[in-house]
Amino acid sequence: MANEVCFRNMDLDQPWLLEQYKSRGGYEVLTKILTEKMTQDEVIELVKESGLRGRGGAGFPAGLKWSFINRNSEASRYVVCNSDEGEPGTFKDRDILRYNPHQLIEGMIICGFAIDAAAGYNYIRGEFWEPYLRFEAALEEARAAGLLGEDILGSGFNYDVHVHLGAGAYVCGEESALLESIEGKKGQPRFKPPFPAHYGLYGGPTVINNTETLSSVPVLLKNGGDWFKGLGVENSAGTKLFAVSGAVKNPGVFEVPMGIPFSELLELAGGMKDGKKLKAVIPGGCSAPVIPADEIMELNMDYDSIAKAGSMLGSGAVVVIDDSVCMVKLLERMSYFYHEESCGQCTPCREGTGWLYRIVSRIERGEGRQEDLDLLTSVGKNIAGRTVCALGDAAVMPVNGMLKHFRDEFQYHIDNKKCLADS
Amino acid sequence: MTEDSMVTIEVDGQELKAKAGAMLIDVADQAGIDIPRFCYHNKLSVSANCRMCLIEVEKVPKPIPACATSVMDGMKVYTKSPMALAAQKGTMEFLLINHPLDCPVCDQGGECELQDQSLAYGSDVARFVEKKRLVPKKYIGPLVETNFNRCIHCTRCVRFSAEIAGMREMGSTGRGEYMKIGTYVERTIDSELSGNLIDICPVGSLTSKPYRYQARAWELTQSDSVAPHDAVGSNIHIHVRNNRVMRVHPKANEAVNECWISDRDRFSYEGLYSEDRLTSPMIKENGRWVETDWETALQQVADGLKEMGAGTGALLSPSATVEELYLAQKLVRSLGSDNIDFRVRQSDFRGGEPALPWLGLGIDEIEAVDAVLVIGANPRKDQPILGHRLRKAALNGASVCYLNPLEYDLNYHAEQLLSAPANMADDLAAVAKAVGATGAIIDDAEVKAQHQSVAEQLKQAGSALVLLGNLASAHPDYSILSALAAEVAKASGAKIGFIGEAANSTGARLVAAMPTDGLNAQSMLEQPCKGYLLLGLEPDRDFWNPTQAQTAFKQAEFVVALTAYRSASLEAAADVLLPMAGFAETSGTYVNGDGTWQSFAGAVQPMGEARPAWKILRVMGNLLDADGFDQNSSQDVLEQARNSADGRQLDNSVTADLGQERRLNGSGLTRIGDVPIYATDALVRRAPALQKTADAISAAIRINPGEAAKAGLADGDRATVIQEGNLATMPVEIDPGVAGGSVRVCAALAGSETLGGQFGEVTLEKA
Ligand SMILES: Cc1cc2nc3c(=O)[nH]c(=O)nc-3n(C[C@H](O)[C@H](O)[C@H](O)COP(=O)(O)O)c2cc1C
Ligand code: SF4
Ligand code: FES
Repeated sequence: MANEVCFRNMDLDQPWLLEQYKSRGGYEVLTKILTEKMTQDEVIELVKESGLRGRGGAGFPAGLKWSFINRNSEASRYVVCNSDEGEPGTFKDRDILRYNPHQLIEGMIICGFAIDAAAGYNYIRGEFWEPYLRFEAALEEARAAGLLGEDILGSGFNYDVHVHLGAGAYVCGEESALLESIEGKKGQPRFKPPFPAHYGLYGGPTVINNTETLSSVPVLLKNGGDWFKGLGVENSAGTKLFAVSGAVKNPGVFEVPMGIPFSELLELAGGMKDGKKLKAVIPGGCSAPVIPADEIMELNMDYDSIAKAGSMLGSGAVVVIDDSVCMVKLLERMSYFYHEESCGQCTPCREGTGWLYRIVSRIERGEGRQEDLDLLTSVGKNIAGRTVCALGDAAVMPVNGMLKHFRDEFQYHIDNKKCLADS
Repeated sequence: MTEDSMVTIEVDGQELKAKAGAMLIDVADQAGIDIPRFCYHNKLSVSANCRMCLIEVEKVPKPIPACATSVMDGMKVYTKSPMALAAQKGTMEFLLINHPLDCPVCDQGGECELQDQSLAYGSDVARFVEKKRLVPKKYIGPLVETNFNRCIHCTRCVRFSAEIAGMREMGSTGRGEYMKIGTYVERTIDSELSGNLIDICPVGSLTSKPYRYQARAWELTQSDSVAPHDAVGSNIHIHVRNNRVMRVHPKANEAVNECWISDRDRFSYEGLYSEDRLTSPMIKENGRWVETDWETALQQVADGLKEMGAGTGALLSPSATVEELYLAQKLVRSLGSDNIDFRVRQSDFRGGEPALPWLGLGIDEIEAVDAVLVIGANPRKDQPILGHRLRKAALNGASVCYLNPLEYDLNYHAEQLLSAPANMADDLAAVAKAVGATGAIIDDAEVKAQHQSVAEQLKQAGSALVLLGNLASAHPDYSILSALAAEVAKASGAKIGFIGEAANSTGARLVAAMPTDGLNAQSMLEQPCKGYLLLGLEPDRDFWNPTQAQTAFKQAEFVVALTAYRSASLEAAADVLLPMAGFAETSGTYVNGDGTWQSFAGAVQPMGEARPAWKILRVMGNLLDADGFDQNSSQDVLEQARNSADGRQLDNSVTADLGQERRLNGSGLTRIGDVPIYATDALVRRAPALQKTADAISAAIRINPGEAAKAGLADGDRATVIQEGNLATMPVEIDPGVAGGSVRVCAALAGSETLGGQFGEVTLEKA
């Protein structure tokens, strides 16, 4: 394991406490920035140099995102952390909130300084009650220590971080829906452009980053961009938290270098459970197309390698599927999720996700028709790329992945009105 | 606009020039290139959610919505490329899978955007074999019918409610397929503009309740017309089948009503078919009313009027057309009488109002002003479209202040100075003093913070406006109020405007439907005339002091009424009733508040024996051997009327004396007799659906808690209002929005016709 970044103090007794975080050099970077008067541009440049990419799913370069902010805007600027962690299979940000909340806070303050923000908001998944309490406690500690609030560390910089608890909508993890939700409106994605960097929270320029992204910042600034780059591989700097679940012996969150072979990650998770055979892997959360066993066993876990295999590193949720699983049933469950979670504002997603689910469900029940396979592809085509936000695409990708690699199972269902996996 | 703010784009191979930043869909619309759409509406914010307008832009890998894409120089757009068409067809299929396709029983059938687009973009094979979504309908009031099964979730209604009606009455709840449009908690839609939801909804999800199942769109013939209820003169389309008005729709006119109309303008047509329509001439014989033929009736009228001669008083409705008013004044003047007036809701004729009051600026210019002081008016309900323009001004950043005896429920931020009727002049004088004016009343005024604040806003504004409305013109000290308003305007550099009470208040002045040296509306009733000619008025509802009016008519030797209805009060007052054409049944012209002459043709034949009033008046002229009654058409009448108006200019300059005696002294309780939105005229009062709305209030004693306590009254009690010895008993409603020292007892409602003037001292006694 390589607990170098987000999990750097995992070995401590109570790493979530301020004093313990400080014992590992916590808040040193922030202090340096604020007292040695580093400029905002310098900070942004360093984040850019490190090659840090967004860990929320899309992998957008973090430093570049920060650099879009117009610090002279009339409207106030904001930092928003996305701890909604809604992508099925993902549970890494929860561990940051539970075990290393101060590092996230430090990252949010640094980002706030870099863009001269008025305030920061952390949008935490509603079900994360215990992590929420931990995070709130950490905020209190930081405030008491003069790390948040007025005139932080005597620097003249005023900034605080507030928590907004979600209420159980996947779509609120989408950045613009998340902003609407913080504003107290119905959680529906906004049409983009304008992007949050220009028109974000309350209309002000806003940086919105994933929990892991922001938590990586203090460490990479401390150790330097080259160090961070050196942890990973070309185009995929640093380490990554993978949330491994499914048919493995020791499911959990693992911090490993980017580019680690999948086979090693599987080993870290204790290998296959009960001697089951690996059938396939969803490498980056439910929205990432599935990759069959033989292919994934040859792949490294970094943005480019996974993309080359036709999938995405996504949120780093690795779902390990064994050969007792019926892919039709699995897809039915996933399609149900998108159908249930569509916000409903745009036509293709509102109407299309339900349709996809019903077709898959029909096939699953043994009521499928031959033309349903083409219908799935065609309905998917009418959704993908035509929606307001990427939830529509996310609903289509698993369908396409399954049909590409496991079409025979669907065909079997249609022909025999039962499962290939059962027989 | 400078050249460099223009860009050149290419749409389907056609080169177009456009303003930089304009939305592609607007640019295409202007060039006549059709891009299908549902959610887009050029008066609403862009939501880009229906995805029907997806088009292809060169170098963009995915289709993008034309409604949310701004043009950029050199952009190449394809609205009908394979990529664009595939996207549009895909969206159409999605929209239809859960749509009931119940076009045969849907009122929108034939004029449905979904139906039209599905012909162009739909497929004739259904690939969706599942059960369709079912959404229960909801009761949202007497005007708008819902059928949410047909909803396509475009959210136009939601945006309309929030952005135009300003009430957030509609919203969406639920996610995904279960997303529902509605009112959240079951309740009615009460906006005075709610009928526009019917037009805004592209499908049959929100339709007209009164029109429900009445006709199919293709059976209707359409005529252009002008709404008859307020000084806006909203442009409308009247839809007719078999000589019956089936419905009224807005006709877009950016300078007047944009694409909206008020509910009053949309649904009042129902009043045409009221059971008490007068369909043949009637005469009173030995105290009994009998139908007769036109010849007999007109002969009787001619004889009667000849007899009355110079003793005739003519009281004319300010909602009558230019042609009617012109001929009526001409007729009466030919009898040697100058007793002519349309100002039936005015009581102060001391000359405080300008020679030819008007709005002072174009209706469409209101939204650009920076500050407004509204005195004695509630445009939101009195002239809903004007209210909407004021709201736009407020949303654009204008500061809007009100000075009224009633606090109004406004849909934007405004400062409201609440002032008892007797104190309005003092408050206005204080504002005048604060802006630096001097003179009687003003010098003695006590300037408080709120007056200072109004004054500052007026003075600082680049363009400011002082507006007087219906309550001001009915005020017993109207002369003083308008003189003070003029001082405020002069000292602050603001424009002054008079809204005008009815559809043709401005037109009536232009054609001199008022005395030069004869009696005015007030004195004609105070010192009863020998005989009267009434045009389009109801004695118990349309006068400032209905008791006085009814008494005067009863005393008169001869009263002829041209009217569309026979009501008890008309039967009591008149000797002859002549059935005149109602709204939509006659051609005519209105001059709206900003001085725009708007003519219209009749849309249907008058009911029964009724005739357009201009024709009746012309024949009367002939029977009386008067000169100049040989017009062949309403066109001819209009031409003469226009010529007669030539020398008259709209003129808001006020020359009144500030030192005049104050008629309201503020001792005791003063009645505020405003006319509620759905009681303004005979047609509206008879429109059943409007009468079921929340705004159709009934007569009550509305009083604030403090005054109620003083009078020993509680909410729900019954009490008697006593005004100049006249009595009326009605329920008590506690309303904190009524100024202290006053009590709101509306005029023009059943139950208030036995009282006196719209303003005046009253006492209350628990019944
Ligand atoms: C439907 C949907 C759900 C999403 N959910 C999450 C989420 O739970 N957490 C997250 O960090 N990003 C989520 N995202 C991605 C965010 O929109 C956004 O890209 C991300 O927060 C940016 O942060 P990053 O650049 O640090 O990755 C979601 C996106 C979509 C389309
Ligand atoms: S794609 Fe789905 S979730 Fe995203 S805006 Fe459209 S309906 Fe809402
Ligand atoms: S009209 Fe453009 S998305 Fe609806």
